[in-house]
Formats: sequence, structure tokens, C-alpha cells
Amino acid sequence: MTIDVQVVSAEGSIYEGAADMVVAPGEMGELGILPLHAPLLTGLRPGELRIKHGAETEYLFVNGGILEIQPHLVTVLADSAERATDIDEAKARAAKEAAEARLSQQLDGMDYAAAQAELLEQIARLKTVQKLREQGLLR
Amino acid sequence: MAKAKEINAQIKSVKNTRKITRAMEMVAASKMRRAQERMRAARPYAEKIREVLGHLAQAHPEYRHPFLEAREVKRAGFLVVTTDRGLCGALNVNVLRKVVDKMHELHQQGIDADLGVYGNKGIAFMRRHGGHMVAELNGLGDRPNLADMIGPIRAMADAFRRGEVDVVYLVSSRFINTMVQRPALEQLLPVAKPEPTEAQKKEQWDYIYEPEARPVLDRLLERYVESVVYQAVIEHLACEQSARMVAMKNASDNAKRMVSDLQLAYNKARQAAITQEIAEISAGAAAV
Repeated sequence: MTIDVQVVSAEGSIYEGAADMVVAPGEMGELGILPLHAPLLTGLRPGELRIKHGAETEYLFVNGGILEIQPHLVTVLADSAERATDIDEAKARAAKEAAEARLSQQLDGMDYAAAQAELLEQIARLKTVQKLREQGLLR
Repeated sequence: MAKAKEINAQIKSVKNTRKITRAMEMVAASKMRRAQERMRAARPYAEKIREVLGHLAQAHPEYRHPFLEAREVKRAGFLVVTTDRGLCGALNVNVLRKVVDKMHELHQQGIDADLGVYGNKGIAFMRRHGGHMVAELNGLGDRPNLADMIGPIRAMADAFRRGEVDVVYLVSSRFINTMVQRPALEQLLPVAKPEPTEAQKKEQWDYIYEPEARPVLDRLLERYVESVVYQAVIEHLACEQSARMVAMKNASDNAKRMVSDLQLAYNKARQAAITQEIAEISAGAAAV
């Protein structure tokens, strides 16, 4: 038995297909989703989305969004998403450093929150790359 | 020969204009292709979020979100999508007419309107005619992202939340095909729910919300509203380029026809001048 997975972001459809298991970065912690899961609605934080199908695992990076689960369907409405193998590590690192630099300055509320969100996003992105490398999926 | 010279000058000027309209046509054609691709790419998200919202309407959430609750209308809000630049046929006029018609209809019921406007054309129009604008945004460019256009959306959603407006309409162009774009008015807030069927009504179920219903639904509905407007703006851009391409193609074709008409007039004038000259010479010779 499998569960259908659809990952979309405002810029387009990222992934569509069947899966044996989906692991998503829910707001309250990682969620492992198997077929016939109870209906659930939650926010996502930036992190890695794993879609297991047979022996293969697809790694995606989602930058926050909303996750809907129906017994036979998982819908990920990502704010933005990319395949983990497409992550530009150098770019992510540069963006992280820029965010850190901005955080170290004295900023007022809005800017501070934006810089913090940016930092969290880049850290999550780099973590995803790191994990892929450890598993030998990336050169 | 004076007349022929005049016509010649006119031909040159029409030809120059045609060069410009031809160039604009080709620029619009290439931009149109990309705009249409972007429009198609944005569709899955809008469809999916609508689907999720449809599921939500079937569920029996214990928390009722204000965006889903219809209330008595005392003041209306409009989000109007127009282009920054002109020379795109009747696109903006059609959209603005739709807005004005609806405003007029509401006005007769004693309902006034607040406006959030995208694009120079709409902003200029509303300024000229004294529409009450609470938000305006121009200079979106050819590939805007959601963050660029969030201002007026936020302003309208907040006004709705605070109860300053009780209904929000979104007016923009629908892309039917390259030749046809239609202005469309849709109710953005409160969100129109699909009616659950009888079978669905009997089935009692609700989502598990993590962490709680309220923040999750807030986020979902906020995203929904944003995605609908985003989709409308992207679609409007595709409409703009298509409309401009068609308008410029018509202009180029007209210029071509005009040049050939003028060319005929020029030839006739030239021939008439020659004939007259010969007649004058031979008349002169006969007199000698």
C-alpha cells in the first residue's frame, strides 16, 4: 500500500508520485507519515522532506509551508521547495553569513525577525546538504 | 511635384512607426511565452490549496476562521490588477470598467469602497476619478514574486480582519487564450466555501491540528488569499503581453496597409506631375 504525495510551491509543482513513507519537518517536530494516516493539518518549518518509495528515497528541501494529510494523500504546500541535490551550498553558506552579520547589528523588530528567519532557513538548508553527504549521496 | 513629396514624407513617417510597433510586437511575443509558462507553473499550488480548503469545508473544525464567515456588508474592498504600461489594447479599460460598474452597484445600496490597486494604469485612473485608495503598488516588473506584491494583500486582509471592510473583491484579467482575455471579478474574502454534499455532511470528521487549529488555519487561509492574488497578478502579466502583442500586430498591419495606400497615391501624384509637365512642354512646342 502506498500513499500519494504532491509537493507544490508557488513557483511550480516539485514532486508528484506514490510513496511508502514520507518524513516531513512539522512545526512540532518530524512527522513520519505512512498510508492510512489520520487527517492532519500542520505548519512546516524549514527542513528536509524525505519521500521513500521502495528502495529509493527522494530528498527535498522545503522552506516552511503547510502540510495536509488525508488517509491516501499527502499535500505539501511549500513556501518554496527544491530538490536537495539542487541546493547551492556556497550560496546557502554566503546567505547564512550575511544573515548572521545582520543579526549582530542592532536591528529593530521587523528586520531582526526577517534576519532570524533567513538564518534558520539557511541553517536548515546546509543541514540537509550535510546529511546527504554523510550518506554518500552527494559527492 | 510638391504633393508627391508630401506623400513621400508621410510614407516615411508611417514606416518608422511600423518599425516601432513591429519591434514591440516581437518583444511582447517573447515575453508572452515566458509569462504564460510562469502562469502555468503557478497553477498547481493554487489548485492544491483550493483542494485543501475544500477538504477543510467538509471537516467540522471547532474553530471558525473570520475569513470563512460571511457578514453583513457595510463597506467593500477591491483589489484591482492593472498593468504599469499602456499600449495593450482594452485590457485595463475592461478591468476598470468592471470595477466601476460594481462600485456603482454597491454605491446605490449605500456601500462605499476602499481600493487596493496594482499597476500605474489603475492608480492613475483612480486618482483622476477620486477612488478611495488604501494601498497601491507599481513597478512589479516581468517576474514578480509573492514578496513583491504582498503590500496591498496585507492591507486588504487586515482591513477585513479589523472589520473595516466586510467583503473583498479581486478584479483582474483572465487568460482565455492569446487572442482573448476577459475581465473577471471574484470574491476574495470571505472565502466562498464549496457546499458539502449530503454524504459528506453525514460523515463527521475533523483534522488533527498541530499545534492547534487556530494558528494552522490562520496560516492556511493567509496563504490561500496570497496565492489567489499571486495567481491573478501572474495571469494578468500573461494577459498584458498577449494583449500588447495582438494590439501591436494590428498596428503593424494597419501601418502596412496605410503605406501601400499612400504608395498608390504617391505613384498617381508622380504620374500626374509627369503628364502635366509633358502636356506643358508639348503645348509650348505647338505654340512655337
